[in-house]
Amino acid sequence: MATDHSRLAGRFMISPAVLLLLGWMIVPLSMTIYFSFLNYNLLSPGMEEFIGLTNYEFFLTDPAFFDALGNTLLLVGGVLVITIIGGVGLALLLDQPMWGQGIVRILVIAPFFVMPTVSALVWKNMFMNPVNGLFAHAAKFMGLEPFDFLAHAPLFSIILIVAWQWLPFATLILLTALQSLDKEQLEAAKMDGARKFRRFYYIVLPHLARAITVVILIQTIFLLSVFAEILVTTNGGPGTASTNITYLVYLQSLLQFDVGSGSAGGIVAVVLANIVAFFLMRMIGKNLEA
Amino acid sequence: MARKSFNMNKVYFTVAAWAVGLLIFFPILWTILTSFKTEAEAIASPPLFLGFDWTLENYAEVQERSDYFRHFWNSVVISLGSTLVGLLIAIPAAWSMAFVPGRRTKDVLMWMLSTKMLPPVGVLVPIYLIFRDTGLLDTRTGLVIVLTLINLPIIVWMLYTYFKEIPGEILEAARMDGAGLWSEIVHVLTPMAVPGIASTLLLNIILAWNEAFWTLNLTAATAAPLTAFIASYSSPEGLFYAKLSAASTMAIAPILVMGWFSQKQLVRGLTFGAVK
Repeated sequence: MATDHSRLAGRFMISPAVLLLLGWMIVPLSMTIYFSFLNYNLLSPGMEEFIGLTNYEFFLTDPAFFDALGNTLLLVGGVLVITIIGGVGLALLLDQPMWGQGIVRILVIAPFFVMPTVSALVWKNMFMNPVNGLFAHAAKFMGLEPFDFLAHAPLFSIILIVAWQWLPFATLILLTALQSLDKEQLEAAKMDGARKFRRFYYIVLPHLARAITVVILIQTIFLLSVFAEILVTTNGGPGTASTNITYLVYLQSLLQFDVGSGSAGGIVAVVLANIVAFFLMRMIGKNLEA
Repeated sequence: MARKSFNMNKVYFTVAAWAVGLLIFFPILWTILTSFKTEAEAIASPPLFLGFDWTLENYAEVQERSDYFRHFWNSVVISLGSTLVGLLIAIPAAWSMAFVPGRRTKDVLMWMLSTKMLPPVGVLVPIYLIFRDTGLLDTRTGLVIVLTLINLPIIVWMLYTYFKEIPGEILEAARMDGAGLWSEIVHVLTPMAVPGIASTLLLNIILAWNEAFWTLNLTAATAAPLTAFIASYSSPEGLFYAKLSAASTMAIAPILVMGWFSQKQLVRGLTFGAVK
């Protein structure tokens, strides 16, 4: 139906977006790849030389890399477990008949709109601080010794903060999916005498499966790149206890000025993200056809 | 009998949901409350919930000491600027993909999405160096460029899913009536597209406002938006809880309100239409 004329116009209208994104992807990414093969330190400019895969060798055998990889997986996994389980529970709860549902929903999704630096600093100081934080007050009230969260359980604390930020997202998406569930099917199952748990397990959960997958994949993309929360709470420490890959690359390239090694780390991060992206793209692509 | 148990259930669910909702909201509520305390009251033991002398002192002091409104204005310029530029580029692209789809349209859409999957650290070093060499480091222009590019895929996708819902028959009908391309756009498409564009605008302002990787890495003092300004409280001097709270409250309040209006768009925008 589309004429040649309109097709040409269409191409003309798409091209700015395509060219910009192409430039955004190809130029810096190829520069990163190029840098990753160089011995390149910002402190000694003009001394760059080609050193092959040495940067990768250093980055991938650095004990800090294994710590960071482990921390990244724990951070992503921990937040996913909390937000998915919590999100399913909350979505089920919010889907029930109640008074003031709209207001409760507003309360629940609010943390998602709080900027990362604010939520990290509020949790760090006003809740987790071992002297003045609310948790310390609560511990003292119960006659317990206050716990220094960020010093003794830095990664766990960051997981908690990030999970608080992402729980609303999971809840909102799962709730949206839940509301599209055919209620008659549930009624029918109820008539047939299926108990609550069986109704949940055989009808609700399969219906949510798709939404859960989407939440997992999208959150993973964002969680692999958690940065601000680490920067303002622990600076990746103590030691490397709360350093993830994103933070490690930042550390090497912008704080230690080792562009070569930082770039190699950046490429490793790209490869990791691509593995997740591959599955996400397939899910969304399938949806596009339907 | 059945009716009564239904009502009891409703009471239980209401109590449970409100309890959980308030628990999740509590850190925000606590921040807002603390912003009205004096520094001494902010760290009082046991903590004061409502029984303190409400004061606006912290707000005045945050502005006075650190020129809060300059950072606020930076946030406004950067988030609004990147969203508007993004819309300008994305509207024609999404329009043509939705109404004049070619064989490659699906591939182009998927490819655009894939650029969003690129982790920022993968391009941090070159962008930093390019910005340093072109004088874009610590400028609002630089951040507008970067945030436009990182949010462009989301903008295109959201607009595409909205435009896709506009029935093509209406265009056919307008064309039959002799409407040219221009009047087709102005009189038929625009009114139907405005709600979708508005939702996209809203969600992207929120995303850009809260973006905290590039804003932290590419700004120092001059162009620092609120994300970076708040980060300066990570190494404070003296008592600062009340001031941190006041600065935080001002930083999140406008976006919180916008966020509540865009709940539905949030789902569509961030799942790329996979959940509606």
